[in-house]
Amino acid sequence: MRTILIIVAKEFRQLFRNRMMLPIILVMPFVQLVVLAYAADFEIKRLRLWVTDLDQSGLSQRLAAKLEASPNFVVTGAGYSLAAADQAIEADQADLAVSIPAGFERTLIREEEASVQLIANAIDGVRGSLGASYASQIIADFNREVREAYGSSLGLAGLSSPAGTYQLTWSYWYNPKMDYKTFMVPGILALLVTMVGAFLSSMNIVREREIGTIEQINVTPIRKYQFVIGKLLPFWILAIFELCFGLVIGLLLYKIPFLGNFGVLLGFAALYLLLIMGMGLLISTLSENQQQAMFLSWFFMVIFIFLSGMFTAVENMPEWAQAITRLNPLRYFIEAVRMIILKGSGFGDLTQHMWILALYAAVINGLAILRYRKTV
Amino acid sequence: MRRFVGFVQKELYHIFRDPRTLLILFGMPLVQILLFGYAVTNEIREVRIAVLDQSKDLVTQRITERVLSSEFFALEQTLSDEAGIEPAFRSNRIKAVLHYEAEFAEKLRRDGSASIQILLDATDPNTAQSVLSYLTGLIQQDLAEQRIASVPLSIRIEPRMRYNPELKGVFLFVPGLITIILMLVSAMMTSISITREKELGTMEVLLVSPMRPFQIILAKVTPYVLLSLINASGILLIGRNVFGVPIQGSLLLLMAECVLFIIATLSLGILISTVAQTQQVALMLSLMGLMLPTILLSGFMFPIDNMPIPLQVISNIIPARWFIVIVKGIMLKGVGLEAVWKETLVLAGFAAVFISLSIRRFKVRLQ
Repeated sequence: MRTILIIVAKEFRQLFRNRMMLPIILVMPFVQLVVLAYAADFEIKRLRLWVTDLDQSGLSQRLAAKLEASPNFVVTGAGYSLAAADQAIEADQADLAVSIPAGFERTLIREEEASVQLIANAIDGVRGSLGASYASQIIADFNREVREAYGSSLGLAGLSSPAGTYQLTWSYWYNPKMDYKTFMVPGILALLVTMVGAFLSSMNIVREREIGTIEQINVTPIRKYQFVIGKLLPFWILAIFELCFGLVIGLLLYKIPFLGNFGVLLGFAALYLLLIMGMGLLISTLSENQQQAMFLSWFFMVIFIFLSGMFTAVENMPEWAQAITRLNPLRYFIEAVRMIILKGSGFGDLTQHMWILALYAAVINGLAILRYRKTV
Repeated sequence: MRRFVGFVQKELYHIFRDPRTLLILFGMPLVQILLFGYAVTNEIREVRIAVLDQSKDLVTQRITERVLSSEFFALEQTLSDEAGIEPAFRSNRIKAVLHYEAEFAEKLRRDGSASIQILLDATDPNTAQSVLSYLTGLIQQDLAEQRIASVPLSIRIEPRMRYNPELKGVFLFVPGLITIILMLVSAMMTSISITREKELGTMEVLLVSPMRPFQIILAKVTPYVLLSLINASGILLIGRNVFGVPIQGSLLLLMAECVLFIIATLSLGILISTVAQTQQVALMLSLMGLMLPTILLSGFMFPIDNMPIPLQVISNIIPARWFIVIVKGIMLKGVGLEAVWKETLVLAGFAAVFISLSIRRFKVRLQ
């Protein structure tokens, strides 16, 4: 036990002696939480709308005004030809162009049917289709108003809703304001813990090998397990500290609701760190120098991050990709952190996650210790 | 010329000798295009929902049937009362609840309207929004079919999804991916490989050879230019043949723009290598100073319009931002130089600044 403590003390001394280290430890969570939380905003809002009103009638102007009034749209321009609308989309001045054809009012009243053209820039498919569906909803709404206003005068009252209507209401749980930051911050916290746990710990052990000091440690009576524990414990403490530090920033800066139990979050993070540090250890046994360790951890980090549900939901992925995510520790952790912080889930809701992580940690650490040799 | 070829050969040996370098060079682009092409998507599919049907009549069953028969939704649970909603959300089993009021069909017949409540797990706001819009769409469709075929006074909406009619997510990512990979290979790899010679001391050996410093650097970056172009063409090919991302505009122009961007990022890489003394520092500088800002602020993953103003301003000094606009324009919109000349000019300006900076710094180091 004393041996381990001595190694831990040595590690901390080395850690804080490195002048680059302290800023990285303190600045990293801050930068990630501030830049990433603000930049990583997929929320679809303020769609740029281009309105072409070729009719210039009372009805067409009312429709245009209704579109403009929607909080989802910002009108960036209006033109008087379809070519101009096309041009606006091509030049990326608008995400969506609504064109009301000439004679819109007349055909609607006389022939009881008129059309409105909607062009969406669909390079970003989700943005395009959501924009189109927002606009369609507004137009349908407008249609209902028109029908109510003119329908009775034309003697069509009874026809408007022969089958009755469904009244649709909805409510957004856990995030009523639909704030994207509420979604991102817990994910960023999980990422932070992973970076400290996997990156720093793997580089640290490889560094001893690269510089050659590992041979000096190898000839001491320090046992294998003592060395590994002594090496990893400081990063375990550091990662927990980062989690708390990041959590405080998140709570203060973004007023993220914290519904869960802090103890549950800590317990889960502690378990997860065992696993992720085992991975760091495994990577360190597979590399000869820091550059290789970095390349390897980076390669896996990219896969882990994009298959974790951090940015896009796991459920949207095809079967084979979902199968891979089941091997992705980050996926379980991000899910758990979000559940604990945003929904107030407890150990009872997370038993499955816990068993998987515990089993996984045992396997990875076993492998890493098997591969780790005291001899060079 | 023969000396030059010899130098390039030496550099290629270095690259192909280390499997981990190869993994980053060729494995990374492949993994990323597969991930972005197949896995990273905001398009919902098979969202697990719960149904709380307090009426269980023909109408509610018909609506439920319609919702579940679409490819977007799958039934996870049938709830019997409202108390079951909260635990189902909390254990993450479902994303939405479809809640019909009691005596649904009866009310619909008697009062002409009946209510459906949709409860959404909005911890992921985008998914929640998509789920809501698909659900309401399906329910409205059901209503429309029950009505008489033609309703008078109706406005027909003719939507057109330009550039990407099938709404594939990969359209957005291919231009960004090319940018990231070009950046990775030409800036990061170059800076590391030059600093490595410095760190190991072999740079001095090279400098006393009859080659001029300028030629040495040129020979060092040539293999990376070739690799960058191979990678870029590879992504374009996979994009077109596997994912059906078209190249609408001129391929020649696209390649020329790629070369311009490669020149800009290569000079950035050389610049980094003149600052950094060790590989570690070069790697950190490229990662933190180049890759991260590029991924986050170039509009590759996150729309620039959504960012707060300070970040939007910063995004202007990221060369990748301009390059992505160019690639999107040429590839997906099929525009020519006349539409992207401004961006091209900005990119050329960046390249000129980086080249002159790195030449100046390089000379200083030699004295």
